[in-house]
Amino acid sequence: MVTGVADVLQVENLTTCVATRNGIITAVDNVSFRLSRGATLGLVGESGSGKSMTCLSIQRLLPSNSVVASGSIRFKGEDLLTKTPRQMEAIRGREIGMILQDPMTSLNPVFTIGQQVGEVFRYHKNSRKRDIRSKVLEVLNRVRIPAPAERYHSYPHQFSGGMRQRVSIAINIGNHPDLLIADEPTTALDVTVQLQILHLLREIQQESGMAIIFVTHDLNLVARFCDDVAVMYAGRIVEKGPVKTVFADPKHPYTRDLLAAIPRISKSGDRLRPIPGQPPVMTNLPKGCRFEPRCRLATERCREAYPDWVAQKETGGGLRAGRRQWGQNDIAVHRPSGRS
Amino acid sequence: MTLPFIDLQDVHKAYNVHRGVFRAGKLLHAVSGVSFRVPEGSTFGLVGESGSGKSTIARMVLGAEAATSGEVRVAGQSVATLDRKQRFQLRRMLQPVLQDPYSSLNPRIRVAAIVDEPLRVHRVTEHGQSLKDRVAQLLEQVGLSAETMRRYPNELSGGQRQRVAIARAISINPRCLVLDEPVSALDVSIQAQILNLLKDLQERLRLTYLLISHDLAVVSYMSDQIGVLYLGQFMEIASREDIIANARHPYTQALMAAVDSTIGEEVGRVGNAVQGEIPSPLSPPSGCPFHPRCPMAEERCRREKPALRAFGPSHQVACHFAESTR
Repeated sequence: MVTGVADVLQVENLTTCVATRNGIITAVDNVSFRLSRGATLGLVGESGSGKSMTCLSIQRLLPSNSVVASGSIRFKGEDLLTKTPRQMEAIRGREIGMILQDPMTSLNPVFTIGQQVGEVFRYHKNSRKRDIRSKVLEVLNRVRIPAPAERYHSYPHQFSGGMRQRVSIAINIGNHPDLLIADEPTTALDVTVQLQILHLLREIQQESGMAIIFVTHDLNLVARFCDDVAVMYAGRIVEKGPVKTVFADPKHPYTRDLLAAIPRISKSGDRLRPIPGQPPVMTNLPKGCRFEPRCRLATERCREAYPDWVAQKETGGGLRAGRRQWGQNDIAVHRPSGRS
Repeated sequence: MTLPFIDLQDVHKAYNVHRGVFRAGKLLHAVSGVSFRVPEGSTFGLVGESGSGKSTIARMVLGAEAATSGEVRVAGQSVATLDRKQRFQLRRMLQPVLQDPYSSLNPRIRVAAIVDEPLRVHRVTEHGQSLKDRVAQLLEQVGLSAETMRRYPNELSGGQRQRVAIARAISINPRCLVLDEPVSALDVSIQAQILNLLKDLQERLRLTYLLISHDLAVVSYMSDQIGVLYLGQFMEIASREDIIANARHPYTQALMAAVDSTIGEEVGRVGNAVQGEIPSPLSPPSGCPFHPRCPMAEERCRREKPALRAFGPSHQVACHFAESTR
């Protein structure tokens, strides 16, 4: 695939290490993906799979015990890893927005909604002081908060969970970012409200063309909301591609088993087939494929070496072995070659 | 017909909410007029969003909270009339498993002490079996090695902790488990392990389950009967088959749509007809509690509260328009 000019974000071989009491762990290991304007990438995985660390690496917001060891993160053509902290401050909140799981903790309880939404305009000094209020009202309106003028002086605790999440979206889209990182934005919300929030994000995306990285453990939401999906396991991406192909015809045993392990209403008569065991401890990773201890298809080869990327044409062409070949119509699977 | 193990008749629970020193307290109706029966050996699933009253019902069944009115009967006895000693006996039959195995297990005692605590409290030991052997047997029943008993909870993963919590709950041979969101704190690949374990234990030990969850997919996987709660009232009660194939209440339909996208088919389609959020139970809407969010609400729904009425042999719906919602 040609390197699209339209790519907002290109992450290449990102590796992030964390120093823990039990040694150095590679929380993000050789992760690559790209995201074009207006597209949505679902980053799915279980806790500890490295999805949040990937997002923090992109924003250069890693905790002090962590560091990006190698790789590149090109945002609108420029490598974010070469930026100074001050340059990053100018990018975050203006060109890259971030929504977190729990709006009760990401909003400040002692400031009004108006003050908190207005902060992004004040901080980036791109608005005249007297325009800020009208800008805040406009953006609150865009996230469909009813009667924004009345709510301007309300505090976060006076809002419901869904409304608080709308406020944090307002804060993050105020400056029309090119990329929005949404880390489990709906996990703390009731199921009927989850869809409303995703619907809102989709509307904003269609108006503004921002790209979204949607981090979640909920495959149901990915199926509805994302164009592409990358499945992470123990720090690595094990499978990625368009949602349609990956979910309809998952190639990696982990993706397959994960999809089979989720209860679904339409299939609730069948017994679920759980994945045995549990994810590996990051300080003591298997030498070969990280999913091997839990994999039904594992062989001696899987124990010995980590598999190479294998890309497959959606059109049903044969397997092509190679490293990191993917594109619009390819799905990339990460497994030992020679098995179909 | 088997006798119901749990039997609730028109149960109400209201809390007096104090709102500052100079303002009068207000009643919060957490549960208003709930009736259902759980036959011995079956699973009844309660689904609802936050604030729907599902955990309040669980606490009343466990005897941790008294009903304001109505009757809660467990194993034929009315929970309200029990004295201390009888209440203690009730807890032998009825054990809870809670949502978060990180906070429901004491971090300072070893797994062995966590699991055998109910055995010591209730002085139950199998004839000729030491506590240690019993704990090993229980751990094995929930799929953990006997070696686990020497560990502390923080050495265990979330799934293992939930297994310990289940081992503790079944240690005194209860007849019923109250499962309050037993898998929602766990990773997706672990959830299925725990759900299948609960199913196996139910079969092996002939347990009755009261399962509480916000996830209709989990509830429909586990339950024989399902009750859909909204603002403390049932919107729909039906057998699993009827809920899956023939859900009539717009709220049930919304919950189903929210959790069951056909993977790969509905890509790009988000947004559902249900608007807004659950209103405060301090000021519930007039008429049908769901009408402000209902895509098919009419004038009648605002005025008149629909009663729960029979729609089939094992199916009850509280909607004026249940006949025309599909």
